[in-house]
Amino acid sequence: MKLNSLTLKATIDKLKAKEISHADLYKDVHDAIAEKNGLLNIYLSLDPTAVTKAEALLDTPLAGAPIAVKDNFLTVGLETTASANVLKGFKPPAESHVTTKLKAAGGVIVGKTNMDAWAHGSSTETSDFGPTKNPRNPEYLPGGSSGGSAAAIAADLAVGALGTETAGSIRQPASWCGVVGLKPTYGRVSRSGVIAMASSTDSPGPIGKTVEDCAILLTHIAGKDPYDATTLPKPVPDYTAHMRDGVKGMRIGICYMDHPQLKGTDVDRAVTKAGKVFEALGATVEVVPLSKTLEKGKILTPDYAIGVYTVVQRSEVSSNLARFDGIRYGNDRSFFAHEALNRIMLGTFTLSKGYADKYYVRAQQVRTLYRQNFAELFGTYDILLASPSPGYALAAGASSGDPLFGELQDMLVEPSSLVGNTGISVPCFTDPKTNLPLGLNIMGDQWQEEKILKAAYAFEQATDWNPWAK
Amino acid sequence: MKGIAFSSSDVQKIAKLANIPVTDTLADDLAAGFTKTMAVVDELTKVNVEGVEATNQVTGLENVLREDEIDTQRIFTQEQALANAKRTHNGYFVVDQILED
Amino acid sequence: MNTYEPVIGLEIHVELKTKSGMFCGCPADHFAKKPNTGTCPVCLGLPGALPVPNKKAVEWTIMLGLALGGTIAEVSKFDRKHYFYPDLPKGYQISQYDQPLCRGGKVSTSFGDVRIHRVHLEEDTGKLQHATVAGKKVTLVDFNRSGVPLVEIVTEADIHSSEQAKEFLKKLHQIVRYLGISDADMEKGSMRLEPNISIRKVGETGLPNYKVEVKNINSFRFAAAAIDYEVKRHTVILESGKVPAQETRGWDEAKNATVSQRSKEEAADYRYFPEPDIPPLRFTKEYIDTIKANMPQLPDAYKKEIKEKHGLNDNQAKVLSEDFGKMKLFKDTVSLPSVSQANISGATVANWIINKVPDTSGVTPTYLADQIIKSKQVTQVDDSVLVSAIDQVIAENPKAVADFKAGKEQSKMFLYGNVLKRLAGKGDKQKVMELLVGKL
Repeated sequence: MKLNSLTLKATIDKLKAKEISHADLYKDVHDAIAEKNGLLNIYLSLDPTAVTKAEALLDTPLAGAPIAVKDNFLTVGLETTASANVLKGFKPPAESHVTTKLKAAGGVIVGKTNMDAWAHGSSTETSDFGPTKNPRNPEYLPGGSSGGSAAAIAADLAVGALGTETAGSIRQPASWCGVVGLKPTYGRVSRSGVIAMASSTDSPGPIGKTVEDCAILLTHIAGKDPYDATTLPKPVPDYTAHMRDGVKGMRIGICYMDHPQLKGTDVDRAVTKAGKVFEALGATVEVVPLSKTLEKGKILTPDYAIGVYTVVQRSEVSSNLARFDGIRYGNDRSFFAHEALNRIMLGTFTLSKGYADKYYVRAQQVRTLYRQNFAELFGTYDILLASPSPGYALAAGASSGDPLFGELQDMLVEPSSLVGNTGISVPCFTDPKTNLPLGLNIMGDQWQEEKILKAAYAFEQATDWNPWAK
Repeated sequence: MKGIAFSSSDVQKIAKLANIPVTDTLADDLAAGFTKTMAVVDELTKVNVEGVEATNQVTGLENVLREDEIDTQRIFTQEQALANAKRTHNGYFVVDQILED
Repeated sequence: MNTYEPVIGLEIHVELKTKSGMFCGCPADHFAKKPNTGTCPVCLGLPGALPVPNKKAVEWTIMLGLALGGTIAEVSKFDRKHYFYPDLPKGYQISQYDQPLCRGGKVSTSFGDVRIHRVHLEEDTGKLQHATVAGKKVTLVDFNRSGVPLVEIVTEADIHSSEQAKEFLKKLHQIVRYLGISDADMEKGSMRLEPNISIRKVGETGLPNYKVEVKNINSFRFAAAAIDYEVKRHTVILESGKVPAQETRGWDEAKNATVSQRSKEEAADYRYFPEPDIPPLRFTKEYIDTIKANMPQLPDAYKKEIKEKHGLNDNQAKVLSEDFGKMKLFKDTVSLPSVSQANISGATVANWIINKVPDTSGVTPTYLADQIIKSKQVTQVDDSVLVSAIDQVIAENPKAVADFKAGKEQSKMFLYGNVLKRLAGKGDKQKVMELLVGKL
C-alpha cells in the first residue's frame, strides 16, 4: 500500500508508532505528484524541503503530516499567487494565521494548490495557470474555487488540505471530487493572511479524506486571532471529542429537494436516501418545504440568494482587489484576467453613486431575511440536509462564457454562507457510469461545528460511499 | 429582459472608476455579461424588504479594539517592505510622476 | 457692484499622537524617519491583511467631540472610501461615512458661533515626493505615515470672513492641544486645513450653488490668505455674470494664489460601504461619562481658574489661555516651590510670560522661575536702606511733617514721593509706605 493513500489520522498514528517513516511517506507523496500532477494540474508550487521539516515534527499533534494548501494563503518561502498573473512571483513577507497555526501543530505544507484565480469561480478553470482536472474522471471539472485542494485529496497527493469558502468553494469541489470538506462558521477561523475575496463571508476550512481528518485539522486551525477582528474569542474544542456520539434524537430537516431544478434528480434521490439513513440511526427527519417568501417552518428559496450573493460578493471583490496596483508587489492592474475584471467592474458599478442603495443595500436587506429564516429553522432543527451542488461535476469547459456559472452552481449553499453558518460535505453517492460522486451538505447553525461533525461521522460510518472511512 | 442594459461606454465609465484599462472589444463583451447578470440581480426587487435592516456582518461582535501599543514583531525592515516591488529607489517605492499635487 | 458675503466651511485633519497606528501596531510617529521602515502587512496593504482599530484613537476622538459640545453616536462604524492614488495602499481609505463618532457641537468666536457638523476618525495616507531618478521624473512613495490615526473635523458653513476662520482655527488648535491628543504641529503637517469657500450677496441666506475647496493648507495665515484670494476671485467672476467652477484648488505659496487642481465634476465616486473587517462600535452612557470625567481642562475653564486662583486680570488670563504653551508654562512655574518661597505672585509670573517670553518652546519652568527670582534680587534692597532714606527725607522736610501731623493727608504723599526719588526705583513701594507711616 502506498503511504500517500493513508488518511491524516492513520498517517499521524503510524508515524507516532514508528510503523512508517517520514522519508517513505514523503517519497510516496512526491512520486504520486510526479506521476499525476502533469495531467491533473493540482500543485502550482512545491516545497522541496518538506520532508526535512516533517522529520523534526514527530512529537507534534500532526506529526509532520503532508498538507496541501490553497494558493490564497500567504506562505513565507513559497510563492503565493491566488492563481492570478497579477501576483505571479509574489513572495509573502508574512505568513497567514492559519498556516502559522497549522505549522505550529506539526503540519507540513507540501505545496500550494491551484484554484479559480482570486477564488472567483466554482470550476478551477479560471486559474491563470491552467485548469485542474477531476481525479475521479479527468474529463470533468473538480469544482472550485478550492478545486486544487479537493483534487489533491482525491488523488492522494497529500493526506490533508486547506481551502477557503465564500459560498461553496470548499463544499462543492469536495462534493465533485468525492472527499470531505468543512466550511466553518464565519469568524471561527481567521482570515488574516488569506487573500480576501468577499470579506464578510470568507471562511478558511479543511478538506480531508474523512470526517475525522477534517475534525482534526479544524481543531488546529480554528480560534481567535488578534489580527482578525471578526474572529470570535470562543474556546476551540477538540472537534473529534464528540464526533462519535451518534445522531439518536437529533432533529433533521431536508431542504431544497422540492426546488424545480432538483426534484427527481440523482441529487434529490441521494439526499432523500441520506435522510432515511439518519432515520435508521435514530434521528427525526422531515422535509422543510420551500417558500417564495419568509414563512415560519419553511425554507426561503435560494433563488434570491443568487442576486444577494452576486451583489455582495462583486462589491466586496471590487474593493478587496483595489490594492493590487503593482506598486508594492505584483503586476499592475492590466494583468487581471477576464473573470476578475468582470467581477471588479460589476462590483464597482453596484457600489457606485446612485446604485448602491438600489443594489448593495437591498441585497444586504434580503440577507437579513435569510438570517431570520435560518435562525427560526435552527430553533426547530439541529441540522439541515441539502446538496452542495445542483448536480454532478460538469464536463471540462462548462464554465466558460457564463458570467453567473459559479452562482448557479453554488445556489444551494449561498443562503447559509451569506448568514455565516457552518456546513460539511460528505460523499453520498457515486454514479457507476462516470465514477463521479455526489456530496451531502450537512448544515448547522453558527458555531455548531460539533453537531454537523457528529452527523457527518455517523453518516460516513453507516454508508459505503467513502472508501477511506473503512 | 428586465434590469439595466449596459453599453460599451457605460463599461468604460466603470473601468475608469475601477482603474483598469479596457479595450472596446472587451467592453462590448463585458457589457453583455453585465446586462445578463443584473437581470438576475433584479429578482431582488421582487422581495419585500420594507423596514428590514441591512446585514453587513454576521458574527454579532461589537467593539473589537486593540490597545495602543507598538507591535514590533510585525514591523517590516525596509528590505522586507520593498522586496516584492518592481521599482524602488533609496528606500522608496517608485511610480511614474504624478502630475497633480 | 453688489456687496458679497463669504460663506465658508472648514474641514480640518488632525493626526493623533497615539503610540501606534489607527489599525495596526506600527509607530504613529513617522516624522523624519527613514522611508518605509515603519510598515507592516496592514499599513502596507498586503493581501489578506486586516485592520483592528486602536482603542485610544477612538477614545480621543470621542473626547474631542465632547470638548466641542457634540453628541457621541450610540452606534458607530467604519466604512471604506475608494479612490486610487499611489499613497493609498489599499485603494481605499478606512474612514467613517454615515455614522461618524460625533455629530454637532460648536466653537464660539467673537464674530459668532461656528457649528460643528461632524467629527470622525480615519487613517492617514503615505507620503509622495517628486524626484528625478536616472534622468526620469518620478514620484517616490513612503508608507511610514500610512495608517496613522487621523481625525477629521467638519464645520457648518458658518464662517463669514478670513479673520473669523483664523480665530476659529486658533481656538480649535488650542482645544486639541489642551486635550493632549495631538501636537497639532502645522509645520509637520499634523494639522491640515481645507476651507470650502463660496460667496453670496449680502442679505441672501441660502447656501450658494457652488463651492471651491482649497486643499492641504498648513498655516492659519495661508488659510486666511487663500480665503481672501478666493473671495476676490469669486467676486470678479460673479460680477461678470458667471458662476465660479465647482472645483478643488491648492494654495501656491510662491504665487500667493490658489491654483486649480481638479474639477469636482469628475470627482471620484468614493463608493462607500461598511468596512466588513471591523465589527461595529457601540458606546454606553457610562463609557462616554468616564471619558467626559477624565477630560483635561479646556481653555475657557482654565481662564476662569487662573483668574480666581492666581488673581490674574482678564487680559492676563486671556493671553495665557489662548496659547497652550504659555498656559502650561504658567501653570508649571507657579507650582514650583522656589516661586512660592520667593513670594512671587501669579501676576508677576503672568506678566513675565506675556511680556518677556514670545516663544515658550525651550523655556522650562525652572529657568523662568530663576530669571524672575534673580531680577527681583537685583532691585531688592535691605530695609535699612529704606529706613535711612526715610529718615533723611523727614529731616529735610520738617514743614511737611508738621502739616501731616496737623491732618494734611497730601503731605504724606509728598514725603513718599521724595523717598522714592531718593531710592531711584529700588525697593518695594508698599514697604516704603508702611515704614514711612510708622516713622511719622
